[in-house]
This record gives sequence, C-alpha cells and structure tokens, in this order.
Amino acid sequence: MTSGMPLLELRGISKSFGGVAALTDVDFTLRAGEIHGLVGENGAGKSTMMKIIAGVHTEYQGTMTLAGQSVRLRSARDAKSIGIGMVHQELSIVRDLSVAENVLLGMQPVNRFGMIDYATMYRVAGEQLKRLGIDVDPKMPIGALPLGLQQLVEIARVLFSGARIIILDEPTSALSPPEVEKLFAILRRVRSEGTSLVFISHFLDDILRISDTVTIFRNGRRIETAPVPQIDKGWIIERMIGAGHEELEESYTGEIHLHSKPDAPVVMTTSGLSVEGVFDDVSLQVRGGEVLGIYGFMGSGQLELARALFGKLQVERGSISIGGVTAKLNNTTAARRAGMAFVPESRRSMLFHMEPVYKNISISILQEISKLWLRPSAERTIANKHVKTLQIRPPLVDRPLGTLSGGNQQKVALAKWLTHLPKVLVLSEPTRGMDVGAKDDVLKIVKSLREQGIGVVVVSTEPETVLSLADRILVMKRGKITREFAGEVVSKDRLLAVA
Amino acid sequence: MNHWLRSQLRNIAPFATLLVLIVLFSSASKSFATLDNLANILQQISVTGIMAVGLTFVILCAEIDLSVASVANATGIVVAYFTMQDASVNIANIPLPGGIAIVLALAASVILGCATAFGVTKIGIPSFIMTLAMLQIGAGICAMLVRGQIAYNVPSLITTLGSGSLGPVPWIVIVAAIVLLSGHIVLTYTRFGRYVYMTGGNREAAEYSGVNTKMIIAAVMVIAAVCSGLAGMLGVAHFGSAQQDEFDNYLLDSISAVVVGGTSLFGGQGGIGNTIVGLMVLGVLNNGLDHVRIDSFLKILIRGLILLLALIVNVYAQRMRTRAATTAVGG
Ligand SMILES: Nc1ncnc2c1ncn2[C@@H]1O[C@H](COP(=O)(O)OP(=O)(O)O)[C@@H](O)[C@H]1O
Ligand SMILES: [Mg+2]
Repeated sequence: MTSGMPLLELRGISKSFGGVAALTDVDFTLRAGEIHGLVGENGAGKSTMMKIIAGVHTEYQGTMTLAGQSVRLRSARDAKSIGIGMVHQELSIVRDLSVAENVLLGMQPVNRFGMIDYATMYRVAGEQLKRLGIDVDPKMPIGALPLGLQQLVEIARVLFSGARIIILDEPTSALSPPEVEKLFAILRRVRSEGTSLVFISHFLDDILRISDTVTIFRNGRRIETAPVPQIDKGWIIERMIGAGHEELEESYTGEIHLHSKPDAPVVMTTSGLSVEGVFDDVSLQVRGGEVLGIYGFMGSGQLELARALFGKLQVERGSISIGGVTAKLNNTTAARRAGMAFVPESRRSMLFHMEPVYKNISISILQEISKLWLRPSAERTIANKHVKTLQIRPPLVDRPLGTLSGGNQQKVALAKWLTHLPKVLVLSEPTRGMDVGAKDDVLKIVKSLREQGIGVVVVSTEPETVLSLADRILVMKRGKITREFAGEVVSKDRLLAVA
Repeated sequence: MNHWLRSQLRNIAPFATLLVLIVLFSSASKSFATLDNLANILQQISVTGIMAVGLTFVILCAEIDLSVASVANATGIVVAYFTMQDASVNIANIPLPGGIAIVLALAASVILGCATAFGVTKIGIPSFIMTLAMLQIGAGICAMLVRGQIAYNVPSLITTLGSGSLGPVPWIVIVAAIVLLSGHIVLTYTRFGRYVYMTGGNREAAEYSGVNTKMIIAAVMVIAAVCSGLAGMLGVAHFGSAQQDEFDNYLLDSISAVVVGGTSLFGGQGGIGNTIVGLMVLGVLNNGLDHVRIDSFLKILIRGLILLLALIVNVYAQRMRTRAATTAVGG
C-alpha cells in the first residue's frame, strides 16, 4: 500500500527521566492513512516516544508538527482535541463500569435533563462494538470479561473517539489468534477510512503482516525506517539487537550450545494443560538434573504456566505426573507434597519481610522438622547452613528479612527449597532486577541444584536469563509451545525469531 | 526514636497505657488499688478474656469474627436448654444429663464455627460479612430456644466453673488463665501457631511456601467459635441466667481487648501477651471509672475514645514497624 503525505512529524526528540536518557535525537514521521509498525527491545523508548505524541509527556526537547502546523501539547486532553488517541500498554479501563460506559467513557450521551441516557448509551455502544465484530453485552461489567475482550473494548474506545491518529502500544499481548485477526480486520478498515495508526508489538510476524512501514528503536534512538515489502524478520532482528556494542553483542548474538540430556530420567510430565485464554495444550517433560528454560514474551502464558505447576492456578484440562505418579495440584500444599517447589517472579509475594531470616527459610520445611512443637534451634541450624553456603549477607539469621538487599532476599527465597529437596523446582524470572554479582550467585545455585538431580524449570521473558541457565529451551507464543531447542546451538536472535 | 523502640511501639504503648491508668485511678480513689479490687477486675475480664483468645487467632490471620458474642450467647442458651429448669420457666426444653448437655453445647459452637469457616474459605465470603450473618444466626438460635423467657439452671460443672471458687480464687479466673496460657503456647510453640502468623503476615507468601492457608483460616474460625462457646457457658453461670442479648457488650469488649493490646489488624503481629495487656487496660478502665465519681454516660464516650486512640496507635505502629524492618540495613 502506498502511503500518503506526512501527517505527523517529530524532529530531534530527546527525553530523559531524572538524568537518564530515554530518547536521544529521534526523528519520526507518520503518514496519512498508514499503519506504522514500531519495534524494539524492552526499554528501547517506544512507549516514551508515543506518550510524547499523545500528550502524556510534555517535557522534552524537539519539535512536533501536525499537517504542517507546529504543535506543542500540554496534556493528553490537548492531544485528544486535535485527534490523537492512544491505547496504552497498561489497560486503563474502569473495571466496575459496564462495557458501554467504558466504550463511551467521557462522552456518554445525556438526555435533556442532563442525566446519562442509558438506553441510548447501550444502543450506541452495542452498535459500535458489533461493527468491530465484538459480540458482548454492553451492560456487562467489563471486569467480568476475559482480558482479550477487555483489551478490544479499550481499543474500541479510542477507535470511536474520532481520532485521526491512533497509537496502539502492544495491543495484542493478551489477545488470542482469532482476536488478533479480528483486530487486524478492524485496523485495516480504519486505515481505509484515512486514519493513521502506530502499532507497537513484540510479535514481528504481526508487525510485518499489518504494517505499511516499520521503524526500529534501540537504546532510545531510531535506527531505521523502511517500507514493509522490502524487509523481513531477520532484517528487523539484526537492527533491534544491533552490532558493535562489545559486551552487549556477546549476550545478544553469542551462540550457546545446549547440552541437553535426553537420557536423564523424566521427573515430571504434563500433557495437554490448558487454561482458557491463558495457555493451551501445553505438554512437556522435565528431566532430573536438567534445567529446562521456557521463554516467551510478556503475556505468552509461561508465567501462568509456572503458577499452574505449583497449584496456584487451576488448570481446566490436562494432567500432570510427577515421578511417574499422576498428581492433582489443587492447591500449593498438594503441589509441595507431590515434590514441586516454586519461586515466583515477585519476591514480595514469596517472603515475610517483618519476620527474621530463619523463619523465612524454615517455613517450607516445618512439616519435616516439626510435627506439633516448633524446634527453633533446628530451624536456626538449617538457616545458618544455607546462609553460609549461599553466602547470604549479612549472615545473621535473626535479622528481619526486609533489611536484606534484593539479591540476598532472592537467595533466601531459594534457600527455602534447599533443605528438603524437591523433585522439580520452578523459578519464575529468577534474575529479574538483580545486579550482575547477584545474578551470578543465582546461576551458581541453580547449577548446583541441577548437579543434585533436581529438575529445574526456569521461566522468563528475558532471553538472556534462559540462555544463561538452560540445558534445553521451549519457546511459548500466545499460550502455546511453538519450538523446542535441544542439543543444538542457539542464540538470542534465533530465540526472538521464533517467539 | 531509635530502631528498637520503633519496632516495639505496638508492645510498649498498651503497657504504658496500663501503667498510666493504674497510677491515675490509684491516686484518684483509695478503694482502687486493693487486692480485693484486683480480684474484681480479674473476674470482670474473664469471660471477655476467653473470647478474646479465639479472636486473637482470627485477627492474627488478618480476618475478623463479629459473631463471637452471638455464638457465646447461643452456646450458653443451648447448655441451659438441655438442663432441667424450674417449673416456672416456660420453655419446651429437653433435660439431659449435665455431661451430655455440655458436649451438645460445645458441638453447637463447633458447628457454628464450621459454618463460618465454610463460608469464608470455601465460598469465599469476606469474614467481615460472613460473621455478620453468623451474628444474626446466633441471635436467631437464641430467640428460637428461649422464646423471650429466662432460664436459670445449667449443669453443675458449669455452675461451679462459672460462679464457684477454688479457695479465694474464682474458678472462672482460673479457666480464663488456662485458656489464655493454652492460646499462648499454641501460637508461640507449635507449628500451627507459626502458620497462623505467616498466613496473617503475608498470605500469598505462605501459600507459595506450601502452607494450606485456607485450612489455617478455617481452623482459627472454629477455634474462635469454641472459645466463644466456652465463654458463653461460663458466662451464663456467672450471670446466673441465660437469656436473649445478654452478651451484647462482649463483641466490642473482646475486639477492643485484642486491638488495644496491640495485635495488628493487618495480621501477623501481636499475640496473647498483647491481648492480656489489652484485657487489663479495658478491665482497669471499666473498673476504675466506677471508683471515681464520673457521669456514667460519659464513661461510654471515654471507652469509645480509648478504643479510637488504640486504633490510631495500632495503624501507626504498623507503619513504624514496616519502616524499621526495611531501613535497618547495616544498623
Ligand atoms: N515514567 C518513567 N520514569 C522513569 N523512567 C522511565 C519512565 N518511563 C520510561 N522510563 C525509562 O525510559 C526507557 C524507555 O522506556 P519505554 O519507553 O517504556 O520503553 P519501551 O516501551 O520501548 O519498552 C526505559 O529505560 C525506562 O526505564
Ligand atoms: Mg513499552
């Protein structure tokens, strides 16, 4: 599709947060009636750039012109009034309001007494949703809908606001494939009506399918813009990842040989695990003494899968067997008894900040060390042992946990499972937000657990984490396992290419 | 304020309040600081104390039980219902041997506790609402059984424990002390007690550690009901009659005792020690106000103000403690 005249032009945009540059001298042009795909790694500055266009960030250097007129937005309301609408990465729906109220938020029809005209509101919202092919009762509270539909309703709101420029920041993360199809049909129709769109996504296949033009961001800079027919996925990944940065290059394009262990005994098997709209038909095997990495973008379902393996999320279909025995993981107690252990992505939800370190460590093994009466001295002995081997600082088991640094807290979270070794340990985002030293320590702990014959599952949205830990890698995409890497050479760009 | 002091505010404040009140009333009234009056106070707080033990478990789990007084009343009436009454008492009751009446009454409290536990953990009704419903159900049971009448007789064991004495010490004080001590031992020295604290401190983390938090919450609801039932039976004997609405003040008193004592409304912090101090504060306050010449209507307001003050300290202490727990790196 040929694109029209430049509609929105930004020149020399720079923006920093508290002295840290998020955008450096970025030029960006959006043409009339085009869908402009925007890609880049997490933190590349995509959302920041779009928030400038949508009037959310008002402090920045550079200029912006709309249809040749210089504009300087003061607020999101300003942006709306000149026809710029944005669907943010984080949903901004009001959960307790009805679907109709959400679609028409801020522009509900009123009757002549100045009261909201509900009959008209439900009718108009219903019609608009139907035009988009969304079949929901406009009177339903939106919080009751599945996440994918909520996202579509939010998109509908912006589409019907009369905006000429519509920005969609990762709108498909919670959508199922048919919902994505629905959305794309809508976007094409809106485009044919002359509206310009910016479409941000991690899913490069989607980007290539829907966009007329693609722009790549990296480290707060615009790297390149090109019309779609001339580019492919490999071309994009090359530019997203970039070459030249010495130490970065290592982790990005460095090749890692996976030493998979096809002969090791299987300790856990899942078959056909499904939770509607979250993950679908997940069948996998975990071997003792092996680290299985599960990688996927945010919203691909792998974090939820991890919770399901520990009985924190109930699967709707499928079965799990641990050590050859079928296990019903109705709750975390059952999962623990079956030999599972879990460290969630958020340390806050794993630890007791006000309680001393030793109680944090002993909580998951109290069943083994005490039947009725507590044995604090045994608890302290065990805690002291772990504090020593894991080099937890400070090495004081009576300290409240909250006084430890993040990396040391993470070690405590791991230490919980080291006394009474589980059959399978599931780690969700084990190194997120940690400094290099702490990451290294976690790496060592995981490796030593593997030596002891435990099956370790590492679930992450960061390719580096999976690459540095795993012996075998599964890639999840929109709730399904789409690719397995075993006994072969893998690199970050190969991972990204299939995710 | 130094770090230790800050983290201990919840324990220090109630104790300081108690000392201030004692000093105040002792200087205002000669009859206050006597051994006889101490025995009075202890007797006055015994029924509340037994109830407050169960409530301490519940509040430590960051839940609430508004049905304690109602369950106490119902259990007291059930035990009277199964006891032979004088001919003048016109209720169609079923006299049974004393032991059986007691067992049936305790069973009634267990059943009420199980109903609460089921509603809160299986159905997922917030405990605040669920126990509000149980409060009404308890009142309904009372109404059905006594039909506006007053019953006077309870099994002789209950009469002894509720209104008798062992030498100079009233049995009810001994029972309360035993229940408080048992509560303390369970909370401090057993695995179950640790689970109660951990469930209240961070329910999600407890679950992620493999603790069956629903079971723990169900158990504390039943414990609260049984404590209430015991308090109710002894209370009926202590008051000398079983009738509708006779425990109405005890809901506020028992919650006040736990909270004034410094057990965190957010769960996970506090314990029976705190509850004992809270009971003493309430007991001294109620009793002391009787010893000084003061408008009896003003007393009601003063109690309200003390409770408010305790709530403020409770919330403030929580904040202090959280800050102390996260800022003491290297301290
Ligand atoms: N409100 C904010 N305050 C501070 N830093 C921010 C804020 N928003 C974004 N950043 C930082 O700016 C950089 C770019 O972020 P963002 O635009 O969200 O990236 P992307 O959307 O491409 O993933 C990141 O380093 C991020 O941490
Ligand atoms: Mg973003």
